[in-house]
Amino acid sequence: MFGDWHQLWVIISTPDNIPIVAMLLFVPFFTWLAFHNALANDRLIAQLEGDPQLARTHHRTTYPYNSRWERELHTNPFLMRKELLAALIITIILMVWALTLNAPLEEPANASVTMNPAKAPWYFLGLQEMLEYFDPWIAGVIVPTLIIVGLMAIPFIDANPLGNGYYTYKQRRHAIWTFLIGFEAIWLVLVSIGTFIRGPGFMWYWPTQTWDPDRVEFNVNRNLDQIFGVNGHWLAHILPAAWKPEAVIIARGLFGIIPMVVYGIVAALFIHWICMRTDYSRKIYRKMSLVQTVTMYIFLITMLFLPVTIFLRLVFRIKYVWETPWFSI
Amino acid sequence: MADEGGESGSKPGFLDHIKKKTRELGAALTGKAREQAEDLKKPEETQLYRAIFRIKHDDEPRNRALSTLNNLFFHIHPAKVNRDATRYGYTWGMGGITFYLFIVLVFTGVLLMFYYHPTKVQAFRDILYLENDVPFGQLLRNMHRWAAHLMVMAVWLHMFRVFMSGSYKRPREFNWCIGVLLMVLTLLLSFTGYLLPDDQLGFWAVTVGTNMARATPLLGSQGPFGPQLGMNAYNDVRFGLLGGSIVDANALLRAYIWHCIAIPLIASVFMGVHFWRVRKDGGISGPSPVMLESETKV
Repeated sequence: MFGDWHQLWVIISTPDNIPIVAMLLFVPFFTWLAFHNALANDRLIAQLEGDPQLARTHHRTTYPYNSRWERELHTNPFLMRKELLAALIITIILMVWALTLNAPLEEPANASVTMNPAKAPWYFLGLQEMLEYFDPWIAGVIVPTLIIVGLMAIPFIDANPLGNGYYTYKQRRHAIWTFLIGFEAIWLVLVSIGTFIRGPGFMWYWPTQTWDPDRVEFNVNRNLDQIFGVNGHWLAHILPAAWKPEAVIIARGLFGIIPMVVYGIVAALFIHWICMRTDYSRKIYRKMSLVQTVTMYIFLITMLFLPVTIFLRLVFRIKYVWETPWFSI
Repeated sequence: MADEGGESGSKPGFLDHIKKKTRELGAALTGKAREQAEDLKKPEETQLYRAIFRIKHDDEPRNRALSTLNNLFFHIHPAKVNRDATRYGYTWGMGGITFYLFIVLVFTGVLLMFYYHPTKVQAFRDILYLENDVPFGQLLRNMHRWAAHLMVMAVWLHMFRVFMSGSYKRPREFNWCIGVLLMVLTLLLSFTGYLLPDDQLGFWAVTVGTNMARATPLLGSQGPFGPQLGMNAYNDVRFGLLGGSIVDANALLRAYIWHCIAIPLIASVFMGVHFWRVRKDGGISGPSPVMLESETKV
């Protein structure tokens, strides 16, 4: 049943959900702030590029400038008072929050009564949401590892020397888009889905749809090989007699390699196309070492795999693209 | 002294002598007290003050610099900073806020530890006790909980800012890596704390979380190639995390020790490195002067 605004209010006002509700406000604000700074710098860059004489003498920030001002300020008090102010503001926010909202406490832990829905803390709901689309070893182990290693690899992959220590969009388009897609369009969207959309049984409930603990959902997902009707009949003809009973498994395993390879090639071509779009990005691309290029491709292809899989599952109800007896993707 | 007055005449008596002396002493004491009270208006000249602070706190540039450099807590800062680096608009203050929240969490966390036993019998009751009987116990618990959430938010926004301002670029690559690890440690700190009230919320969150560990490739009893390597529910990585095959007393104790001792210690070391590298890599990254494409050596 839709139109259940009370249900929506219950979800939004759950004390442990407050942070992600706040993030829905903070992240757009800070994205705006970053772009506000970046576009101001971009205008300055355009101006300096068009006027080499000015570029030689300009102080090169968008902040107020006077050649008589000292370039540096004493930390005490000019930085410390700001830090003190920030600490005070945070303390006030925290005190008000702690005085008005109590930390949740449920019934004592009881292994025989399952919570429904059983949800991880909000910051891990992205991973729990991933569990819906991938086997646990991918969602719970491989993806987090790749996220951590991938984040740590960023400074070593990004060979663009521009935009070091100032906001800019024009000079770092690819990097910024990659991060915005990874952090906001994937990670935060998954966290939000896990928080606001997933209800009892971790089933999909649209906002204002009533949570129904008795709801039953029929499993209509099927594997890609089933859609293509791969059953191993013709493979059985060419296999040795001893392998014939496993023909269907082997056929599915072999079939699954095809979409994976196709995806890999298409994604790689897409990334390559993006890297070759401007003169400057071509220069950067050519400067990168082989290790840098390969690492960048692996991480970007893997990152884009998440939204593609989620799309396939949600729209086409595809469970696995590649099924083998040991692992399935 | 007594023969000053002469033979006859008014020879001052002993009493007069005492009076005179007392008056003199009184005047001297009042004068001295007034003098010292006057000195108290300049506390920075007292021995006590100098013993503590070592330098004058006046408006001399040198002493301003020393007030930062000579202070254990402030010397993580340089004496002077780039004029525009103090703008909230550039740093959003998120790194500092994260650190401040960590301090708040340590403070409230230690206070909570006074009232908490990590045992199945007492853990949940301790929370009830905190909420209902301990003075300000509920406030304490609330502050700890919400500060933890705020810290996760601040860490993410800090990472977002560092990315958007390109501050991970040379020479700060390594410090970005340390920062990523600190973010992971923050999430782990928060997650291990989730189990400690020993209520349904934490129990099932940790059950869901650690069930994923079962599926670790090679090391989990249900992960790819795990069973082939002899992994079962009693020797795999999940067993190691929980100290058992189910979320129970040992898991509570392990979560407690990770939460209160191990991870804060590890995080503190990484924080030390993080702050130290900020300075060694040349202070905070900017706002630097913008560079032009034509000026790069690509």
